[in-house]
Parts: sequence; C-alpha cells; structure tokens
Amino acid sequence: MKLAGRIAYRTVMFVLTIAFVTALWELYKIVGPQDGGKFLGVRILPRANDNAMPHVSTMLSRYSRPEVRGSDKKIWIVVLSGAWFSLRLSLVGFFLGTTIGIGLAILMARFNLIRRGLLPYLVMSQTVPLIALAPLVVSWGGKLEIGSFVWPRWLSASILGTFLAFFPIAVGTLRGLTSVPSAALELMESYAASWKQTLFKLRFPAAVPFMVPALKLGASGAVVGVVVAEISTGLKGGIGRLIIEYAREATGDPAKVFTAVFGAAALGLTMSGLVAFSDLFLMRNRPKETST
Amino acid sequence: MSAPANISAVEVVATSKIFNQGSGKQVDALLDVNLTIQSGEFVSLIGPSGCGKSTLLRLIANLLEPTQGSIRVNNKTAAQARLDQDYGMAFQQAGLFDWRTVCKNIELPLELKGWDKNKREARAIEMLGLVKLEEFGNMYPWQLSGGMQQRVAIARALAAHPPLLLMDEPFGALDEMTREYMQGELLRICAETSTTVVFVTHSIPEAVYLSNRVVVMSPRPGRILEVIDVNLGSKRNEQTRAADGFFRSITAVREALRGTHAEHVAANAIRGAEDR
Repeated sequence: MKLAGRIAYRTVMFVLTIAFVTALWELYKIVGPQDGGKFLGVRILPRANDNAMPHVSTMLSRYSRPEVRGSDKKIWIVVLSGAWFSLRLSLVGFFLGTTIGIGLAILMARFNLIRRGLLPYLVMSQTVPLIALAPLVVSWGGKLEIGSFVWPRWLSASILGTFLAFFPIAVGTLRGLTSVPSAALELMESYAASWKQTLFKLRFPAAVPFMVPALKLGASGAVVGVVVAEISTGLKGGIGRLIIEYAREATGDPAKVFTAVFGAAALGLTMSGLVAFSDLFLMRNRPKETST
Repeated sequence: MSAPANISAVEVVATSKIFNQGSGKQVDALLDVNLTIQSGEFVSLIGPSGCGKSTLLRLIANLLEPTQGSIRVNNKTAAQARLDQDYGMAFQQAGLFDWRTVCKNIELPLELKGWDKNKREARAIEMLGLVKLEEFGNMYPWQLSGGMQQRVAIARALAAHPPLLLMDEPFGALDEMTREYMQGELLRICAETSTTVVFVTHSIPEAVYLSNRVVVMSPRPGRILEVIDVNLGSKRNEQTRAADGFFRSITAVREALRGTHAEHVAANAIRGAEDR
C-alpha cells in the first residue's frame, strides 16, 4: 500500500500547487497595476486588467460556452478533441524519439568512437530553432516517395516531437548505461558474459533510475515539438492550431486563448503522467531513497 | 579439506604484472610470482596495501592479463577457465543487483550459462539452504543485513558449483562479530562443497583461521615474501581461536609481514628494504 500512499501524496501536492498558482494569479489582479508597471519606459510588470489577465473563473466558465457565437459546439469539446489529436501525434513522436534515443545511447555506450564523434552533433542539433526546422521537415516529407507510402502531413509534426524527445532520452540513457559500478562489470566479466548479456542483465536495469527522468523530459519535449510544429506549419486539428486561432481573438474574447493553453498544458501533463506512472511501476522494488 | 593432494587447482608460474609499462607512471604490481595451489586447499593472500594481492587474484580470474608468465586454472589457461566458469568470485561489496530478488541474484550465473528455469530455481533453493537463508529467497538484497548480503554473494559465486572460489576481502566491510560468524560459515560451506579457495584479506587472524597456507606478500614491487603452513587441522571451530597453534601461526605471519621471520627470507627482506 506504499504505492497507493505515494500516488495519494502526489495527487494532493498537485491540487495544492494548482490552488496556490490560482491564488497568486487572483492576488496579482487585486494588487497589480491595471496598466502594468513601467520602469524607464520598459514594461516589467504585466497588466492586471481583465483583458490581459482574465479571472480564473472567467477562463473556466468559457469552457462551457460555444466556440463561436451562434454555434452549438461547446468550446471544451473543441479543445478536448484538439488535445486528443495532438496527444496522438505526440505519442508517435515520443515513441520514435524513445526508439532513436535508446538506440543511439546503446551505440554510444558500446563504441567510444561513436560517442566522441556523435555527442557534440547531438548537442548542436538541439540549438537549431524548431520554428525554422518545421517547414523544412514538411517539405522534405512531401518529396518523400517510398513505394506506395505517402507521407501524411501530421507525420511532420510528430517528427518534430521526435526531434525534441530523442535528445534527453539519448543522453539520460547513455548516462545510466555507463554509470554501472566497475565491480558489477567485473562480476559479469568473471562469468564471461557477452556484451549483450551485460547490456540486458546489468546495464539496462541499472539505467532505469536515470532513464525515468529522461523519458519525462522526452515526453514533454514531444508535446512541445508537436504543438510548435502545428503552429508553424498551420496543421489543422491540433491544440497548437487552436492556440493561434484563439490568440487572434484575444482582444474581444481574452479568456478563449487560455482554454487552449490549458489544453496544451494538460496534454503535457498527461504525457509525463504516463511516464511517471511507469516510474512507480518500474521502481517499485528498488531501495526507497532513490525514488522520491 | 583433504582432497587428493596432487591435482593443482591454480598454477602461477614466473608471473609479472606491470601497469602502464614504459610510461612515467609505471607500476610493478607483481614481480616474478610462483604459486601452486592444490585442489581442496584454502589459501589466503595477505600483505599491506599495494602488495599486489588483489592483482594476483584478478590474474587468476583472468580479469587482467599477465605481462609475463603463465597462469593455469583447473589445468586450463586462465582465459579458458573463465569462459568455462570454473571459478566463482566474491568481492568486498556483495555487489548484488538491487532489482533482482535474492533467488534471482543467485540464479544470475546460471542464466548466463543458459540453464533452464526449473533447473535454475532448484539450484537457487539448494544454495539458499547452503548459506542458511531459506526464508529470504523472495526478498530484495537491500532488505537484508550486510552479512546476509555477503552470504547471498557467496551462494551466487558457488551456484554453478565451480571447483574454485576467488574472494577479494569479502568480509572487509562487516563488523567483527558478523565477520567471525561468516568465517565459520565459509569453512563449513567449503568443506561441504569441497571447493578450493583463494582468499585476499588484510586481517592476520582471519587468514590464519581460514587457511591451510597463508601467502605473505610485500609491496613495491609486489612479490611473495613467504608461504606459511597453518597446521590447525581440518576441523576448526571457536576453540581453534584460543589454541596455541593459532597464536603461533599468527605470530609467524606477523613476523613474515615484517620480513624478519627466518634466515632464508633475510635476503628477500634486505631487497625489500632497499626498495623502500
């Protein structure tokens, strides 16, 4: 029942954190300057008026109203289906990113030469602005012809999720695979274990505590990649597209964009929640001090 | 402990190990070591830090390659013996895998050999009985005390029934009470399984209590100073620790460690002093 206890603890902390942030938001609306605080002509404090910072209650109640005036489609349904669309793309991106990340980590752990040659380029790859990369991936995908396989537009968005997800997973897994105590490696050597046996019976299990946080980063990375790709390539159907559409209406309907933003946040939480759940499962039989 | 005397379990001939040869950081870890260990013998390697006793153990285990000389284990090359899992090994840290139950830890070497599940489980239960941990098979290593963990490590080392057990200060991290208990248990286990043991230790009483022979080593460069026979018989118990012969052997080892034991080592002792 320790597992149930930890789940309960995390849930309580989550609710408390939400309550705290809500309180902070509303408090600022009371004490903050309506037109924002300026210092030497630069705005350093956000405007506290209802246009820039709608009440939390306004944002929440916006969910139950229609998306556009006169429509009978409630906005929560639109946001939910957008989030579901993006979640599926993110899962594809996360899955590909995990496969590639772990694959690269194994190669780098096995061959020093590959590690030294590849790692700097992996780091460099993460400095490429995603916004610049998105249209490129879309146009490359469009030119791709493999037999009867037609590159769907959504796959480009998933690939950008992959692009952000694989890096932390590769680095974290590599760290885990190579952090095995030398005595354990010596033991495996004394059994004349092959490299593959050592990988699966020692290195991977020992790497789990390193891989879980890396996978969490990878999961939220996949969501960011997909949402940004949706925005910059104008892919319809996802939460990213909703965010830019609703942002254009910010002056008339300031609460609207927040409904989509929260949808994106919930999407990220769902993804890392999936990983966190696997964490509780994978680490259930480990010494407790390493899994808090 | 009274196995056929003329089958050698380990043969170390004119063996040297030099680390970083030719560079400025060259270390002569072992120089011209000769040692033959008979099957069924319990031999301890003792000496100050840096005398190469762990290096010698790792050479026998083929975890290191000798710079010069040859090592045969079980009448095979050391490399072949390692491939055939002719020895089991235990270290100062029990080195159990946190994610495996006690049983699964013991089964590890058998898994690597490709044994099937039923055979593995039967052997694990047998080994648990040998180290008297029958009720702990389904617990995880971090739920056990240090002494119990070390017993699991011994069970793992012996799981494949190897004829030779190599131990590198296995009781070094245990408290004195546990340590003496473990020494008794180790002797019992080795007698029951007629295993040959090479045992590295810092402790003179431990070496004397356990061994048929104590190999005294000196550092820089590491070599064998003297080999001392311990004649305490094959049945040893708590009374052994109070016996005259026990103290005589302890004194002999202590004096050998100081390099002043007998005339025939005087030359070695002088060479050792010059090195310092």
